[in-house]
Amino acid sequence: MTITATQLNPGRRTIAPTAWRDDTMRRRIARRYAAERRFKLLGLAAVLLSAGFLAFLLITMIGNGARGFTRTEIALPIDFQHSVIMIDPATLQSPAAQQALANANLPAVIDTAANTAFGEGGARMISPGAQIAVRKAILADPTVLNGTATITVPASEGIDVAAKGHGDAANEAAVNRLKQAGALSTGFNLRFLTASDGTDPTLVGIWGALKGSLITMGITLALSFPIGVLAALYLEEYAPRNRWTDLVEVSINNLAAVPSIIFGLLGLAIFLNLMHLPRSAPLVGGMTLALMTMPVIVIAGRNAIKAVPPSIRNAALGIGASPVQVVFHHVLPLALPGILTGTIIGMARALGETAPLLMIGMRAFVASPPGGITDPASVLPVQIFLWSDEVGRGFIEKTSAAIIVLLLFLLTMNSLAIYLRNKFEKKW
Amino acid sequence: MVMTPVTDIQAPSKMSAHGVNVFYGEKQAISDVSIAVDLNDVTALIGPSGCGKSTFLRTLNRMNDTVAGARVEGHITLDGEDIYGPAMDVVQLRARVGMVFQKPNPFPKTIYENIAYGPRIHGLAHNKADLDEIVEKALRRAGLWEEVKDRLHESGTALSGGQQQRLCIGRAIAVEPEVILMDEPCSALDPIATARIEELILDLRGNYAIVIVTHNMQQAARVSQRTAFFHLGQLVEHGPTAEIFTNPREERTRDYITGRYG
Repeated sequence: MTITATQLNPGRRTIAPTAWRDDTMRRRIARRYAAERRFKLLGLAAVLLSAGFLAFLLITMIGNGARGFTRTEIALPIDFQHSVIMIDPATLQSPAAQQALANANLPAVIDTAANTAFGEGGARMISPGAQIAVRKAILADPTVLNGTATITVPASEGIDVAAKGHGDAANEAAVNRLKQAGALSTGFNLRFLTASDGTDPTLVGIWGALKGSLITMGITLALSFPIGVLAALYLEEYAPRNRWTDLVEVSINNLAAVPSIIFGLLGLAIFLNLMHLPRSAPLVGGMTLALMTMPVIVIAGRNAIKAVPPSIRNAALGIGASPVQVVFHHVLPLALPGILTGTIIGMARALGETAPLLMIGMRAFVASPPGGITDPASVLPVQIFLWSDEVGRGFIEKTSAAIIVLLLFLLTMNSLAIYLRNKFEKKW
Repeated sequence: MVMTPVTDIQAPSKMSAHGVNVFYGEKQAISDVSIAVDLNDVTALIGPSGCGKSTFLRTLNRMNDTVAGARVEGHITLDGEDIYGPAMDVVQLRARVGMVFQKPNPFPKTIYENIAYGPRIHGLAHNKADLDEIVEKALRRAGLWEEVKDRLHESGTALSGGQQQRLCIGRAIAVEPEVILMDEPCSALDPIATARIEELILDLRGNYAIVIVTHNMQQAARVSQRTAFFHLGQLVEHGPTAEIFTNPREERTRDYITGRYG
C-alpha cells in the first residue's frame, strides 16, 4: 500500500501536482534564459567598451608619443677652415677641451654654416642643440677643423614638427627644400631619455622627471610599507578591541578616501612650514605621498591578516611560539601576498599623483636631474602636466612620449610587485 | 555529588586542577572542576557538546588566554607549580604542555619544517644534524616516518587528513612535551585514519600524560585509563575508565553512557 501525503498529514489540503510542462512554466523558463542572455550581453558590452577606450588611449599615445622619441636631423656642411671658430686645436687633447669648445663661438659658426648651406633663414632650421653634436664631432676627430665637414645635427622645432607632418606653410617649404637637397633624416632622440626639462622642445628630456619619480617612489615605499604593515599587524594582532581602536579604524578608513590635494596641504603645513624641509624636493614629495599611501596599505594589510586562518595561529601558539614569533613566522608570510596587492594599488596611485606635489612646490622648472633626496626635482605626472600646458606643437609629442614613459614605469613597478606576490604565495 | 579530591591520589600528579572556574565574559563555562592527570595515563574527557570539556582542556596550556574576555579562576599546577602564577612563562608552558587540535592544522611549509619549527624556536637543536635527528625521531614516534621519509621537503598540507594529524602530533612531540592535550583529534578523520591515531595514542602512553577530548565513547573506552564525564560545565564524575563505563556512580553518567542523551 502506498502512503500519500494526505494520509501522513490528514489536516492538510491536498495541493495539485506542479505542472512542470505546461505553457506558464515554459514561458517562465524562456524568460529566465532571456534574462541570462541579456546579462551576458551587457557584461560583454561593458568589457568591450573599456577595452575600446584602452585601445584608443594606447593607439593615440603611441601614435603621438613615438614621434617624441625620434628627431629630425639635418646633414649640415660646416667649413671650419674659413669660419669664425676660435679654438686652438692643441687644447682639444687637454682636460680643458670642453671649456675651450664652450668658448669657441660655435653657435655663430653653425648659424653661418646653415645660412650658407640652406640660404637665408637656414639658421632657424637648426636646433640650439646642434652645437652639442658639433662639439662631439670635433672631439672625436679634431682634423675636421682643417677643412669642411658634414655633421648631422638636430633640426629646430619648426622643421621637426613640419617633417612629422604638422608644420606651417613656411616650414613645410623648408622641409621640402631640405629633402630635395638630401640633407634630411630621422634619428632616435637619445637626448629625450637622458636630459631634463628645458625651453626648447628639441632639447628637453624625461630623465630628470623619471629620476625624480624613482627617488620619490623609493621614499614613499620606504616610509609607507613598513609603517603601514606594522600598523596593520598591531591593530589586528595586538590592539585590544575598544572604543579607541574603533576610532583609529574609522580614521584610517576615512584617510584612505581623503582627496589627495588635502594631503598636499598637510605636507605643505607640516613638512615645509613647520619642519622647514627643502621645497620641491623628492624627500618632501615622498613623505607627502607616503601619508596618502599608508592608509591603503593598512586597510589591505588588515584584510590580508584577517584572512590568515586562526588554526595556523593556534598551531604555532600550541607548540610554544611567542606572539611575535607567531606574527613574523606565520601570519606575516601568509598575509604578504595580500599586503603586496594593496601596496601595488597604493603605489600606483602615488605614482600618478600630481595635485599634492603641486602644493609642495614640485611644479617648478627643474632643468637638471636631482642628485639627492633634497635637490629640487620634478616627477613624471607633473612633467606631463607642465608640458601639456606648453603651446608649441613640439611639446605635444613630448607630452605623449612622457605619458608612455610613465605608463612603462607603472607597468614595470606592477610587474615587479606581481612577481613578488606570486613568489610569496603559498600553496595550501 | 561525589568527586575524587586531589589529595586522594597517591603519587604526585603531573598536572592537577583544583576548583577551576572559567568565564567567557559574563557567562560561566566551567564551574568548580578539580581533576588530576598522571604521567603514564591517558585521560579521556567525555560529555555532550557544549559541556565545557574543550574549554577545560584549553585552560591546561592557557590557550584560553588568546580568547578575548576569557577568565580563569582556581589553581592548575604542573609539577606542583601554578601555571597561572607570575613565575610561569606561558610560552614555555605551551612547549611543556603540547596540543593537538580538532582539525589537522599543519603549517603551509614542508613536512621537515613543520616538525623542525618547534625545536628551532626553543633552541633544542645545536646544528643541522641534531635537527635532522629530532625530526626523524618525532616522525617515527608519530608513526609517519616510513610514509614520508622520501618526501620530507614536500608540503605538509599535501598529505592526507590522517597523515596531517599525525604530522601535527609529531610536531607537538618534537618539542619534548610532558603533557599532550588532544582536542577531538579524530573528529575530522575516516575510521582507518582514526584507528591509526588511536594506535599512536596507545604507543605514546607511558612517555607523556595525555588528555584527550572525544565525542566517541568507544574511543574513550579503547584508549583511556581514566575517564572524566563533563555535563553543563561541571565535572560530574571521574575515575578509572572501566569503572565509569561499567559501573558509573552517577545517574547522569549512566544516562549518557547508555545513550539516553548526548
